[in-house]
Amino acid sequence: MSRLLARLFMAVVGIVLAAPIVVVAGVSFNAQRTLTFPPVGFSLAWFGEIFADAGWRGALLTSLAIAASSAALAVAIAFPLAWFLWRWHAPWARLFQVLGTAPFILPPVITALGFLSFWATAGFYGAPWTVVISHAVFLVTLPLVTITLGFSSIDPSLTEAAATMGADDRTVLRTVVLPLVTPYLVSGYAFAFVLSLNEYIIAYMVAGFTVETLPIKIFNALRYGYTPTMAAVTVFFVAAAALVFSLVARFGDLPRLLGAWSSRES
Amino acid sequence: MTTARPQKIADYAPLVFPAVMLTVFFVVPFGIMVAVSFFRRVQGAFYEPDFVLANYARFLSVFFGEVLGFSLVLAALVAVVAVTIAFPFTYLLARLPRRRQVLWLVALLSIVSLSEVIVGFAWSTLFSRTAGITNVLVALGLMDEPMSLSPSFGALLTGLSYHAFPYTVLVLYPALARLDPTLMEAARTLGASPPCAFVTVVVPALRNTILATLIMVFVFALGSYLLPQLLGRPSNWTLSVLITDQAIYQSNLPFAAAMAVFLVLVSLALVGLSLLVGRKEAAQ
Repeated sequence: MSRLLARLFMAVVGIVLAAPIVVVAGVSFNAQRTLTFPPVGFSLAWFGEIFADAGWRGALLTSLAIAASSAALAVAIAFPLAWFLWRWHAPWARLFQVLGTAPFILPPVITALGFLSFWATAGFYGAPWTVVISHAVFLVTLPLVTITLGFSSIDPSLTEAAATMGADDRTVLRTVVLPLVTPYLVSGYAFAFVLSLNEYIIAYMVAGFTVETLPIKIFNALRYGYTPTMAAVTVFFVAAAALVFSLVARFGDLPRLLGAWSSRES
Repeated sequence: MTTARPQKIADYAPLVFPAVMLTVFFVVPFGIMVAVSFFRRVQGAFYEPDFVLANYARFLSVFFGEVLGFSLVLAALVAVVAVTIAFPFTYLLARLPRRRQVLWLVALLSIVSLSEVIVGFAWSTLFSRTAGITNVLVALGLMDEPMSLSPSFGALLTGLSYHAFPYTVLVLYPALARLDPTLMEAARTLGASPPCAFVTVVVPALRNTILATLIMVFVFALGSYLLPQLLGRPSNWTLSVLITDQAIYQSNLPFAAAMAVFLVLVSLALVGLSLLVGRKEAAQ
């Protein structure tokens, strides 16, 4: 009885979670230029428009470029920091760990406004690369958390053995540590990539008038009324996120990454 | 390995790049924002350096008080709704076989990472007259004709709770996935039914986790800046919307900065409180 109730409860939550996405997906297949559900006719034209229309295509490419480079920069900041904190005992360096976590926990408007004041003062307000740096600093938390987790899961006897055999720090890092941490590094990159792709307020405040990312483009388009193209872009976003996280789950241990003890041996 | 202290200056080399990046691009912008909050606004231009408290004095207005009060009540409501549903859900999730658990986690991550623009658009479609849920109710004969449900307070609360729900599950997940299974077994051996054991054993055992999660979700909801614009009426605008509005559309950066500093203090106090509460439980 209670097992049945539990299943029913989870099913209802699943339906509510899926409902908006299902409706939006339905709308994106409409044959006419109206937002109706269930869809009238079937057409993939609105998905084609993302690539055919110069505005949408430009926004898509801008978003992908910003996400790819800011995630890379975030990993480049997080990796040496996480490695240092794992390799050495230096309590004061934890300060930087806190700094790396703070932007993500505070309301994003605050970080966005900080960046706006900073770039305006520095005189680079509106330059596309400022979005890359801003996103990297904002999202550094994600690779920092995953990579730190990766280091903590390394069996100390492995590095000790390597050191006993005469390997110096650099060799241990390259031949032992790096291969073990790589899955966590990739997951950190993936998390930062997807979140940068979806990020709106920072990109908008830093360079909203010159750089148009996909979320900014959608929001701007919303003011002039709804079109099925937006629905198609939304489906694209959901699919991209689901694909990336599925890959993370396929090649890594997702429950462990999200804080459960490793369930792999069970 | 972590017991060795750095020996030479060169050992600090890996710290240089992260430290410089985080200092220059987070600490400095933060400092500038605090400074700007004391600057004087110049009509037609941005602002000029000064030390005035006028921006903070504006907090004393009725309008600001209303917006602040509404933001806090809304965030509290969202936190209660999300945690009430997410706690039993996460408990059940953490006990699923691994494969199904991973599927759920992928779905939850995909939704939590969605932009507020997307969530707002999806829900306003669902609440619309032409493509919305009222069409289903009409088809079932429960309603006479489809109607638009947005913008409204209910629409906003639904959208925000929807966005906060996966976040809440992910915050609760570690604690519930590591929960000692013998707790439940002992309760069952003593004759409690599963729902009874859940309410009388699991919930009290994790009350600090629940409190800490409520605070985290509260801060998360407080940061929402687009859903109030997309799903709510102008009277449903929150502090975050007001900050964006002042910074971008009114070009009043000093006032926006002052409100942001205020929001930081509120959020930091709450996050600190949740860490304290969480630590107390870890120590028990």
